[in-house]
Amino acid sequence: MHGNMIKRESISPGLWTLAWRRLRADRVAMAALAVVGAFLLLLVLSASGLAAGDWEDEVAVNYAPPGFMGPDAATAALARPQAPVPPNAFDPLAAELDVLKAEVRATHPPHAKALTLPFGADKWGHDILKKTVKGGETSIVVGLVAAFVAVGLGTLFGALSGFFGGVVDDLFNWFYSIFTSIPSILMILTVAAVLQQKGVMTIVLILGLTGWTGPYRLIRAEYIKHKAREYVMAADAIGASNWRKMFSHIFPNVSHVALVQLSILVVGFIKAEVILSFLGFGVPVGTVSWGSMLNEAQNELILGKWWQLAAAAGAMALLVTAFSLFTDALRDALDPKLK
Amino acid sequence: MLAYIIRRLWQMLPTMAGVIVLVFLLFNWVGGDPSYLLAGKMADEAAIANIRAQLGIDQPVYVQLGIFLKQIASFDFGNAWSTGEPVSHIIASRLGPSLTVLVPLTLLETFFGIALALAIAFVRGSLTDRAVMVACTVGMSISILVYIIVFQYFFAYKLGLFPVQGWGESLGENLLRYALLPIIIGLAVSIAPTLRLYRSFVLDEVHQDYVRTARAKGLSERRIVWVHVLRNAAIPIITHVMANLPALLIGAFLLERFFGIPGIGREVILAVERSDFPVIKAITVYVAAATMVFNLLADLLYGAVDPRVQLK
Repeated sequence: MHGNMIKRESISPGLWTLAWRRLRADRVAMAALAVVGAFLLLLVLSASGLAAGDWEDEVAVNYAPPGFMGPDAATAALARPQAPVPPNAFDPLAAELDVLKAEVRATHPPHAKALTLPFGADKWGHDILKKTVKGGETSIVVGLVAAFVAVGLGTLFGALSGFFGGVVDDLFNWFYSIFTSIPSILMILTVAAVLQQKGVMTIVLILGLTGWTGPYRLIRAEYIKHKAREYVMAADAIGASNWRKMFSHIFPNVSHVALVQLSILVVGFIKAEVILSFLGFGVPVGTVSWGSMLNEAQNELILGKWWQLAAAAGAMALLVTAFSLFTDALRDALDPKLK
Repeated sequence: MLAYIIRRLWQMLPTMAGVIVLVFLLFNWVGGDPSYLLAGKMADEAAIANIRAQLGIDQPVYVQLGIFLKQIASFDFGNAWSTGEPVSHIIASRLGPSLTVLVPLTLLETFFGIALALAIAFVRGSLTDRAVMVACTVGMSISILVYIIVFQYFFAYKLGLFPVQGWGESLGENLLRYALLPIIIGLAVSIAPTLRLYRSFVLDEVHQDYVRTARAKGLSERRIVWVHVLRNAAIPIITHVMANLPALLIGAFLLERFFGIPGIGREVILAVERSDFPVIKAITVYVAAATMVFNLLADLLYGAVDPRVQLK
């Protein structure tokens, strides 16, 4: 640190360089960033089909326990090939069925189902690890895209409101007070009730359209502060348009606020998606997310099959913890005054 | 004081009008025509026209808005579509069970939150402080669903300490038997974010000049924190508690659903599942009104807690 002070730098470092230096010095933040990065890498691999593309294959017996627990006697019985049904002399379709069975055997040779998997299997024999990766893809994509929508809307409204003031400001403040007087979870459920269609796109819209109020308030305050600064007046003097002043001149100076809001919202939206999908208002049938996994796991727990619950809950807790720790560090790094 | 209250109520009108228009647009415009849904599978033209006439959706938009305004003004939102039960009766009968869980939960949460935050403020910056904060972050990262599923399975199903589900007739039975585990879970879920927030409120105060003055005149650290700091940190804490109360009414929906508590939150979930628009409309309007009133109450409480606050 001392060495840095002595060394005169020809160009003074900008906000982002300084923030990155502060962040790099924070070991917890770097560890958290590594975990988040690993999750994002898995997300890219799974979205491109390189990982967990075959999660729907029924590779193991139903509810195969994790490898470290050893095979379960009750489920192992399922793995044995079924005794052939004795021929029924009165079956008028016997000849046709035999042909069909032979055809199925030729195209889909029966493969041995595993008795255990590294982290067990679900009701249909899907590999839990792959399912968790695939479910994470849905949950994280929903969280990220919805957060971008919410921060985008909040930034646009906040910029218009703070920059123009007057009637525009009154109008957006009115919107703000309307949206904040309805609790967000009620707002989300109301929109879910009205839209009546399930889908990843719907849930992104629900979360994005209801979540803009937090970023709006902060961005608006920043724009009110910045619009009177000299660099904006200078831009005005050289004839920059309002749009240019708002987004080319001011926005880079307030974008750190948007970034911190973005990472706060990603965490909140991942949690919200899990709850919505759990209740059945989220992802459609056939799409797996951490919420739908928890929904299945709830009934499995009573049967003593805890691994799906542990996998989904553990993966989510790990990601959210790392993301929250990183967000805290990011806020401290971008706004040293806060400390 | 009275003039202040009247002015604040007056200022609520445009917001309330906005909420009403928003809810109206959502249900009557985005939501589409519910008459096909209501008419059932074997619907004919006459039945659908009849339902449309009953609901007033064959009228122009401004007449429909008028119907909605009349419903709000008369506190009569008609009957629930799925069960035929009057919406006013649904809300009145579901409020009690919700409050049976929420009032003790809020009181305990606030009490433990303040006590722990002040205790942590004694050792601020120490290893204990940092460990507790990391534990809070981890605790907040686990989905509320996991808390409910695991606690319900372990304490109610496995150990049999509590009933797995159910609701009784008398308040005492509900409070001591059925609401106990939901309250414990609610506390476990909310204590981490509450503690983090209250700690930041307390830490904002401990560096103030009056704390140094109190220390200089020889007061014990205990008295400084519990009397001087607490009274000043009370203002943001009151805001937080009051602002959260109406949201909590809905926010406890997962607890109510898992434990079969016939409260408002569970009713919202059921209504969303059954597309029962009148129930959702009514609850949304009431909760929005409650949020505004509670914000006003929070401001009035400031005056009571802090004599420096002047309500004008």
